[in-house]
Amino acid sequence: MGIRELLTGVGWGVHPHNDHKRPAADVPLRVMPTPAKLCIPLLQHVGAPAKPLVAVGDRVLRGQLIAAAQGNVSAPVHAPTSGLVAAIGEVTAPHPSGLPFAAITIETDGLDESVSFKTVEDPFSLTPDEISQRIAEAGIVGLGGATFPSAPKAQLGRKHSVHTLIINGGECEPYLSSDDSIMRERADDVIDGVRILMHAVGASKAKVGIEDNKPEAIAAMRKAAQDFAQIEICPVPARYPMGSDRQLVQVLTGKEVPSGARTATIGLLVNNVSTCAAIHHAVRHGEPLYRRIVTVNGGAVAQPGNVLAPIGVLVEDLLAFAGLKSEPARLVMGGPMMGVALPHAQVPTVKGCGGILALTAEEITVVPPSPCIRCGSCVKACPMGLVPLELSAQIHAGEYDTADAMGLDDCLACGCCAYVCPSQMPLVQTFSHAKGEIWRRAQQKKRSEFTKQLAQARQERLEREARERVEAAARRKAQRAAQQAAAAADNNTPSEGAGA
Amino acid sequence: MLTPIISVMVLGLIFGLILGYAAKVFAVQGDALVEEIIEMMPGTNCGQCSFPGCSGAASAIVKGEAAVDCCPGGGRMLAEAIAARLGVSLEAASEDSGPKIAVVSESICIGCAKCFKACPTDAVIGASKQIHAVLKDACTGCGSCTNECPTGAISLEPIPVTLRDWNWEKPALAA
Repeated sequence: MGIRELLTGVGWGVHPHNDHKRPAADVPLRVMPTPAKLCIPLLQHVGAPAKPLVAVGDRVLRGQLIAAAQGNVSAPVHAPTSGLVAAIGEVTAPHPSGLPFAAITIETDGLDESVSFKTVEDPFSLTPDEISQRIAEAGIVGLGGATFPSAPKAQLGRKHSVHTLIINGGECEPYLSSDDSIMRERADDVIDGVRILMHAVGASKAKVGIEDNKPEAIAAMRKAAQDFAQIEICPVPARYPMGSDRQLVQVLTGKEVPSGARTATIGLLVNNVSTCAAIHHAVRHGEPLYRRIVTVNGGAVAQPGNVLAPIGVLVEDLLAFAGLKSEPARLVMGGPMMGVALPHAQVPTVKGCGGILALTAEEITVVPPSPCIRCGSCVKACPMGLVPLELSAQIHAGEYDTADAMGLDDCLACGCCAYVCPSQMPLVQTFSHAKGEIWRRAQQKKRSEFTKQLAQARQERLEREARERVEAAARRKAQRAAQQAAAAADNNTPSEGAGA
Repeated sequence: MLTPIISVMVLGLIFGLILGYAAKVFAVQGDALVEEIIEMMPGTNCGQCSFPGCSGAASAIVKGEAAVDCCPGGGRMLAEAIAARLGVSLEAASEDSGPKIAVVSESICIGCAKCFKACPTDAVIGASKQIHAVLKDACTGCGSCTNECPTGAISLEPIPVTLRDWNWEKPALAA
C-alpha cells in the first residue's frame, strides 16, 4: 500500500500532472449559433437504431420527433432546430474505422421555430411510470458516454428496488469539462433532475460524487442541494477512471460491483450529472434531448471552452465556432483516454459526445513500443484488478480463451495500463482487439449452429417430401384401382340387367 | 403357473443387468476426435470439399487425407479451430480473403430456380421465373449454388464490414 492509497483510499488509476481541463473549464458557457447543416444519426445509443418518421423534403421544427425508438432498449431522435430534411442516408460515423451509419440530414432555415412543449408544474405528482415514459419520449440516454437509454435503466432500478442513486460528476478524463460546466452553470437543473429520478426509481437518497479538482462545481452543487437532505454532495479524489461507475461506487459506498453484474444488483443506480439535467428539462419543460454541452479543447483550438451545441452538428462547424490556431494533428471525440480518433471533421456529434479535441502533433507523440520488462506498473494501475501484462502476452500468443478466462471481459478499456507502461506497449489496443475477436468468434459459432439447424431442417424437409411423394403415388394407385373396380362393376351391372 | 413366470422374469433381469454392464464396459467408441471435428463443422453437408458430407471430411482431415482448410463454408475461422485442435500449423499460403457469402446479380438472374435447390441451408429464396435473393444470415458461403447457375449470376462476395463487426487490428509489439 502506497502513501497515496493511505491518504485517499484509492490505489488504482492514474492522474496526469497536467489534466488540461483549465483554462477551458473556466471559460463561461457559450451557445453555438445554428449551423447551416445538421446530421442527426439514428443510432446514438446502446440498442436498436431509431426508425425515421420523416421523408426527404419535409419541414421539421425544433423538438419534433423525427425518428422513433424501436423496441424496449432504444431511444427516439428529435430535430434540434427548424429546417428541411435534405437527406436520409449514410454519413461517416464517429468511429475510428471511418465506416458510415444512417443519419437524417437537416438544412436549417435559421428561424428556429419550435413545437409546443408539454410542461409539468409538479413532476412529483406523476407516477414513476409516467416519468419513465416522459424520459423515454425525450430520447434521453446516459450522457456520460455509455449512452444506455435512461428510461429502461430507471425501470431496471425500480425492479431491483434500488435504494441509493449515485450521481456521477466524476468527469475524470483529462481535457473534458462539460459535466463541470453543467454543474457550475446549471446546478439547480441537475439537482432537480436528481430528485425527479429518485422519484422515478423509488430511491430514498442520492450521492453526488464530484472529483476534488472541481471546487467551483462542488460549491455550486452544495448550494443547489442545501434544501434537500436526501442529496449528499461527496467530493472524491481526482483519480482517473473515477468517472467509471464501478470505481465511483467503490469509493462512495465501499461496495464492489460483482464481475459481469450491474450496479442495480447491489441496490445502486449510477447516472451522470448531464443526464440528470436532461431529465429535468424533459420532465419539467417537456423538452427532448436535442442539444448538449460539448467541450471543445486541445492545443490546436484558439478559444477552448464549453459550447452548448445542437446534437448532430458537424465537428468541422463546431471547430470553426471555437476557432483553430493551427492544423490539428488528430481529432478526437471524447477524452484523450477513451475517446475515438475521428477520420476527418465531417462527422456529426452524437448524444454521448461530451468533447471534441483538436490535438497538435506535440500532444499525440507516438513512441514505438519496447519489450515488456515485467515491472508491474500496469497491474498497480488497473482499476479492475487485472494483470494487463499477462493478458497481453496471452493475446499475442493467440490464446484468446485464456485471456477471457483471466477476466478480459472486466477490462474497461480505460487505458491506465497503456498510460503508465514504461515500454509504451499498446496494451489497451491489444485488449480492444481481443474483445472484438472473441465477440467475432462467438458470433461465428452462433451462425454455424444456425446453419446446422437449417441444414437439418432441409434434410428433414427433403425426406418428408420424398415420403409424401411415395404416399401420394400409392394413394393415386389405390384410387385408380378403386375407379377401375367401380368401372368394372358398372360395366357388369347393365350387362347383368340386359341379361335378365 | 406362477413359478415359470417369476423364474423367467428373474432370469431376464439378471441377463439384462449383465448386458447393460457389458454395453457400458465394452462399448465400442467411435473416433472421439472425428466426432469433435464433426461438431465444429458447419454440418450443412454441402459437398464442396469433395468428401461425402461433413463427417466424411472430418474423418479425412483426422487421417491427414484432407487439408484443415478444405471446408469453404467454415472458412478461416474453422480452419484455425481445427488446426489448433489437431496441433498442426496452418500454412501461410492458405491465407483466405475473409468470409464470403453468395450474392445474386439481379440483372443477369433468369429465375431458373436451380441455385436454391442446390443450397444446403435454404439460404437462396425465390421461385421459378422470379429473381432470386440470398438470405445473408443463412448463407455459409460454400459455393454450391455458383456451380449450378447457368448465367453466372450468383457469385461469392466478401461480407461487407459494418460498424457492428469491425475490429481493431492486433497491434504490433516490439520486434
